[in-house]
Amino acid sequence: MEIDETDRAILLALQADATQSAAMLARRLELSQPAVWRRVKRLKDAGVIAGQALELDLARLGFGVTVFLGVKLATKGRVSLDDFERAVSAIPEVQAVHHVLGLYDYRLRVVARDIADFERVLRRRVMTLPGIGNVEANVLLSEERRPGPI
Amino acid sequence: MIDDIDRRILRHLQSAPEMPMAELAEVTRLAQATCYKRVDKLREEGVLKATRSVINWRVLGFTVEVSLRVTLDKTQARAFDEVMAAAREIPEVIEIQTFLGRVDLRLQVLARDMAHYQEVYRAQILALPHITDIEALMQVATIKDAQTVPI
Repeated sequence: MEIDETDRAILLALQADATQSAAMLARRLELSQPAVWRRVKRLKDAGVIAGQALELDLARLGFGVTVFLGVKLATKGRVSLDDFERAVSAIPEVQAVHHVLGLYDYRLRVVARDIADFERVLRRRVMTLPGIGNVEANVLLSEERRPGPI
Repeated sequence: MIDDIDRRILRHLQSAPEMPMAELAEVTRLAQATCYKRVDKLREEGVLKATRSVINWRVLGFTVEVSLRVTLDKTQARAFDEVMAAAREIPEVIEIQTFLGRVDLRLQVLARDMAHYQEVYRAQILALPHITDIEALMQVATIKDAQTVPI
């Protein structure tokens, strides 16, 4: 989908704070309220705006540790991929699962209360997954999301 | 302090951030005024840092997504600060993360296609300071992206 400068400005603003009303956006971008509303609707209908997500202070909620795991499967084949994906997606501590090409087969994002809790998740849930092979863990120290190429 | 009521609110809100307050009140079995007050307080205290719109980059024509695992020259005292400042100037970089482990830094990079990726990689990524090694993981599919935590 093609978007123009005004769409970009709207996307930037909503990426920072999706709770802004059309009236607020209109004032900030010096547009009319119906114009903003129309554009937001168009971006939503086209699927450019896929939804909303909360950014939470995980440490304050008791999740002190985020770990990224690079996972290599020991055995391959369609059946084992499906089994692995189904089982790994069912683990509540696993926030994200990406199938990747390169050094690893999958990249997982795991949240845990602390390192001891992470070890429990790793031993009881991750290392028991069907077909699991080599696992590399990197503990997240800091993270920032950038607005991206808009 | 965060109590069980806050947790209940966040648990429902994180899986449907666009839920109207009236509906949130219903699913959490709380009064609507209580929900308003609690959500406001969670925002004020910074537990709920932001509600963001999620962009589907594929729809905008960015079909290539690569995770670059970067190792830095740690003999340079300011290596982390300088490489991160430079990475922020690259629009195609959508995530910058630092790690404790074998990897120092991870950059999530978007590109329109492989030709565009090669251009970004050669002209911008390889020009970043203090890098000793880069490994690329090309994203094939997203199996799960919950954006939620088991609160």
